[in-house]
Amino acid sequence: MANPEPEIKQYTLSILVRNHAGVLSHVAGLFARRGYNIESITAGITERPDVTRITIVVTGDHKIMEQVLKQCQKLVDVINVSSLKYNESVTRELAIIAVTARPESRSSIIEIAGVFHAKVVDMAEDAIILEVVGNARHIDSIIQLLSPFGIETIARTGVVALAYRSRIPPIN
Amino acid sequence: MKLKGADIVIESLKFHGVDLVFGYPGGTIMPVYDALYRHGFKHILARHEQGACHEADGYARATGRTGVVLATSGPGATNLVTGLATAYMDSVPLIAITGQVSTASIGTDAFQEADIYGITIPITKYNYLVKDVSKLAETFAEAFYIARSGRPGPVLIDIPKDVQLALAEYAPVAEADIPLLKYSPKPVYEYEAELDELVAMISRAERPVLYVGGGAIISEASEAVGRLARMAHIPVGHTLTGIGVFPDDDPLALGMFGMHGGRHANEAIFAADLLIAAGARFDDRVTGKISEFAKRAKIVHIDIDPAEVGKVIPTDLAILGNLKEVLDRLVVKLAAVPVDPHREWLEQIQAWKRQYPLVHELSETSLKPQQVVQTIAELTRGEAIITTGVGQHQMWAAVFSEHKHPRHFISSGGLGTMGYCVPSGIGAQLGCPDKLVVTITGDGSFQMNIQELATAAYYNVPVKIVILNNGYLGMVRQWQELFFEHRYSQTLLEGGNPDFVMVAKGFGVEAFRVTEPGELRATLEKAFALPGPVVIDCRVEKEENVFPMIPSGGTVNDTIGY
Repeated sequence: MANPEPEIKQYTLSILVRNHAGVLSHVAGLFARRGYNIESITAGITERPDVTRITIVVTGDHKIMEQVLKQCQKLVDVINVSSLKYNESVTRELAIIAVTARPESRSSIIEIAGVFHAKVVDMAEDAIILEVVGNARHIDSIIQLLSPFGIETIARTGVVALAYRSRIPPIN
Repeated sequence: MKLKGADIVIESLKFHGVDLVFGYPGGTIMPVYDALYRHGFKHILARHEQGACHEADGYARATGRTGVVLATSGPGATNLVTGLATAYMDSVPLIAITGQVSTASIGTDAFQEADIYGITIPITKYNYLVKDVSKLAETFAEAFYIARSGRPGPVLIDIPKDVQLALAEYAPVAEADIPLLKYSPKPVYEYEAELDELVAMISRAERPVLYVGGGAIISEASEAVGRLARMAHIPVGHTLTGIGVFPDDDPLALGMFGMHGGRHANEAIFAADLLIAAGARFDDRVTGKISEFAKRAKIVHIDIDPAEVGKVIPTDLAILGNLKEVLDRLVVKLAAVPVDPHREWLEQIQAWKRQYPLVHELSETSLKPQQVVQTIAELTRGEAIITTGVGQHQMWAAVFSEHKHPRHFISSGGLGTMGYCVPSGIGAQLGCPDKLVVTITGDGSFQMNIQELATAAYYNVPVKIVILNNGYLGMVRQWQELFFEHRYSQTLLEGGNPDFVMVAKGFGVEAFRVTEPGELRATLEKAFALPGPVVIDCRVEKEENVFPMIPSGGTVNDTIGY
């Protein structure tokens, strides 16, 4: 029997690195070289000014993932790498969405925004700009619902994430 | 005391124990060259930055010290790329210092500007662009620490010209003081339980094989490998970069594994029930078809780099740590348990050795390349340092030489860099002035850094350069013969080759030509006795092939040449 195709999955990696110019090139370059598609990448300083947290969402198979994690851990600038499990971490992304809004469709758009806790940050005669925060699914959902009105442009920050501190024992 | 950045570079080199650098000056590195001049620091002027980089690499491999190479920005720096990639693939500790355009000009496409920091990220262990002169001393401390520790590798430090000229307070920074947040290349791995398991595996094994790589040389584990092998009666084979870890003349020696290894060695891996990889990384030149490689064996992988474990092949037991320390502790534990003498297994291996001997046909009239290598081996008895280029001559040098000591076979294993030959020979000779250094090369490789003959001549570096001149790009020609139905596309070099004896003499290097088998020994003897560099152009059999050979991706059963 032929080997089954390895399963392609999405991984959220949280990487703590030394904060200096060029560190992002070292990390991002590693993923590109090993054939990993970066879906999103964010970087920002942490509670320590000399430490940056890079959050990368990548897709690939498990075997390559393990290798990439090891290679990543090997980088001189990398302090720690962890792969965050979806149900054990809080993941958030911010999106700014400009949607076509004629007077007759405005209230429907604002109603959708309310459901998703999105803020109206700008309104013109023919368009509304919304700001929405949530996990990737939350943002994908509002984008899907807004699509019929005509989405003009979107800016997304990419995912930031932290592992939950609380531990819920599994229910059996 | 305030010093210029350029002087901090020199003081840092001295502080970290460097007394010799290789390089080539140019506009943006001039302040450092001025400081070299003022300090009277020993510098070898190469004739090309690639040559300088391989020289520093050869020096590092022969001595175990960190090699240092200097180059200017732009083309000077990009000329280092092949040399850095060569060192990176074979884990050679190297510091490359490059000049860069002034900080104000960075990013403006200034004259001789290249983003060498960006270019070398994938081919260095680490690299720096130093924009603040006050960070120079600690950068050097960190760079030396990173280059030398754990799995060694090249580190590049790019220094803009204005930083070299700027003043800063200088105080030496020791490697121990560097502010790395987490990086710990010598992790305190705990492997007591794994060692016990390995002892149990060894005592259960009926057909064990030890597979040693370059890591055994880097960690100075030769003695430990020998003790383990003799104590537990385990045959030992090696990779190209592991040559010299275990002496060839030992009854337990298998020689080289893989594509051009002896068939008996590859049969041993195929039949083994326990394969212990020690400082080796399951390169495709060793494994061939992965699914068939050591398929009957439990696989134990001892390495300092966690990323190597499971990269190519799933392992049954991994031990992470410094190979010498691991083996030293293993030997102590093994001493306490009874070990099988593996008589049947060792007899089987001897039978394979008799069945598949490494031989070649001698000829009265035509000079065989293997014969040249064997004659060099007879004259030097494994005491000379051999360096090579890449191709057929490299494989003959690996297989038909006599290897006794680590750091005596210096060759580009991972990257397979043609033109590594002459500069690595120069570097090795400068690092080991009391040794006979013989560079074995081909007519193709020789011409790729032929300009370094000037370096050898000028500094009177007494390296002996033996060209196995067959007029072909021989290894590619061999593949064309075997796999492309004799279509010798662009592999005939003969028509364009210069007269190497005349060329060498033009450089001021003594040179001889050997065309007849009968002239070989006397000419080599004469050449080796001369006090300066010598080129010996050996006109060898043109279409000799390197055998045995396992075609790429094959198994021992696909071996050609028996």
